Amino acid sequence: MTIFALAFWLFAVSAVLAGLGVVLARNPVHSVLWLILAFISSAGLFVLMGAEFVAMLMMIVYVGAVAVLFLFVVMMLDVDFAELKEEFAGHKALGGIIALVMLGQLGFGFAAWQSAEGADALRAAPIAEGVTNTGALGMLLYDKYLYLFEASGLVLLVAMIGAILLTLRHRKDVKRQNVLEQMYRDPAKAMELRDVKPGQGL
Amino acid sequence: MADFLQTPLGTFLLIAVQGLGIIAFVMLSLLFLVYGDRKIWAAVQLRRGPNVVGAFGLLQTVADALKYVVKEIVVPAGSDRFVFFLAPTISMVLAMLAWAVIPFNPTWVLADINVALLFVFAISSLEVYGVIMGGWASNSKYPFLGGLRSAAQMVSYEVSLGLIIIGIIISTGSMNFGDIVAAQDGNLGLFNWYWLPHLPMVILFFISALAETNRPPFDLPEAESELVAGFMVEYSSTPYLLFMAGEYIAMFLMCALMSLLFFGGWLSPIPGLPDGALWMVAKMWVMFFMFAMVKALVPRYRYDQLMRIGWKVFLPLSLTWVVLVAFLAKFEVLGGLWARWGLLG
Repeated sequence: MTIFALAFWLFAVSAVLAGLGVVLARNPVHSVLWLILAFISSAGLFVLMGAEFVAMLMMIVYVGAVAVLFLFVVMMLDVDFAELKEEFAGHKALGGIIALVMLGQLGFGFAAWQSAEGADALRAAPIAEGVTNTGALGMLLYDKYLYLFEASGLVLLVAMIGAILLTLRHRKDVKRQNVLEQMYRDPAKAMELRDVKPGQGL
Repeated sequence: MADFLQTPLGTFLLIAVQGLGIIAFVMLSLLFLVYGDRKIWAAVQLRRGPNVVGAFGLLQTVADALKYVVKEIVVPAGSDRFVFFLAPTISMVLAMLAWAVIPFNPTWVLADINVALLFVFAISSLEVYGVIMGGWASNSKYPFLGGLRSAAQMVSYEVSLGLIIIGIIISTGSMNFGDIVAAQDGNLGLFNWYWLPHLPMVILFFISALAETNRPPFDLPEAESELVAGFMVEYSSTPYLLFMAGEYIAMFLMCALMSLLFFGGWLSPIPGLPDGALWMVAKMWVMFFMFAMVKALVPRYRYDQLMRIGWKVFLPLSLTWVVLVAFLAKFEVLGGLWARWGLLG
């Protein structure tokens, strides 16, 4: 067995096991930790396929940022999971039907799968010789599909503005801190030395 | 011998031995980093620092490490045992992992990969997990607060670190450390390095690196005046040692990153002198001296000030700089000071 095959099996098995762990773990924090392992394993698989840039982005964006926020939220939650599970158990039949329908749809999708002509040849050599992975992706995103790429960026921006707008509220009754004002405060004006006579006060 | 190294087992053994070499270098540096840190700190405060174990106290760190190892491991009741021990292991392993792609001269590198810079960035963004998991698994108030603080802090400062790195990538046209250093080569010695064209970003990178590695003045996850020792409160013995070592190794990695990105890596600062790995190590030590001096000189920030600087000052500045560098490089301003991809051929 070559090192390549060994690495593939290592990452593949750990990705599947981690995926199972996400679903089966009793503690939600453990679920998120399994999810992180699944992300890292699939990043390893990307590296083996020669897509090192995508693998690194996966690590930085999903593991380094998204999963941190997940963990952040899950850790803060104070939910009684035994109670939650009991509640779920009541909907077992409905859940089973939904799962069956989705499985069927996926099955139909894969059965009717057709590749375009020449796709197999492209799959064997996705990048032209002498171009790095990152360079090829950059040419695609910023040259060929520039407008689509910018449009998807705008969609994300709109989502972000929406989220901020929904949660932002300026409360009038709270004193706000003005940093500039604080920094430009003059000690000579803010403080005054007074000579207090004994027994008189100010 | 050469044939054997081509076989799978031979390749594996070769990589293992090279990896051990790097681990040996980093661990050996670690011993003297901790010693140097304490000595510098002591000198600023007009103390002597460690001076008992070994000549000039040089073996103090060894003694400390031995003492940590032989102490009893205390596991708090109600803690999540598995995650509790996983957290320090992760922070140590991740800190070591990033060294796999750090070159010391054009040929001394374990993994000479295309996306080396992104790899280091990815690994350093994972380091937050050690802190969060440790804080959560301790099942205690102060560690948990420390973990939450660190999650927010490290995610915030990664953003500006990433944007600063993008400026370097634009100037070089590559994410490989060898290329980045080669792009800083020239006849002018240290004036060819990236610190000059990327001057404002050197300072931002240094400060962000302090925040990313939880170093003072941004060591809020373990601020002893508020949180006792933050995420480390419940840790003792070897797990604590692993946290501590991981922190120092991550910091030393940031020193290596600064010397590679802005200060020419193994290139000699004076034209005429030979380049070499010694320059690289020397630069890392100078960077570390700055880290240690900051620890000694600057008082700790308040948490809201830290977040304000990260999001309202560093992020806009570094984002503007990325756009500016893109234009300066594209139109080859000042004879291509920001566009070095021609040098790589």
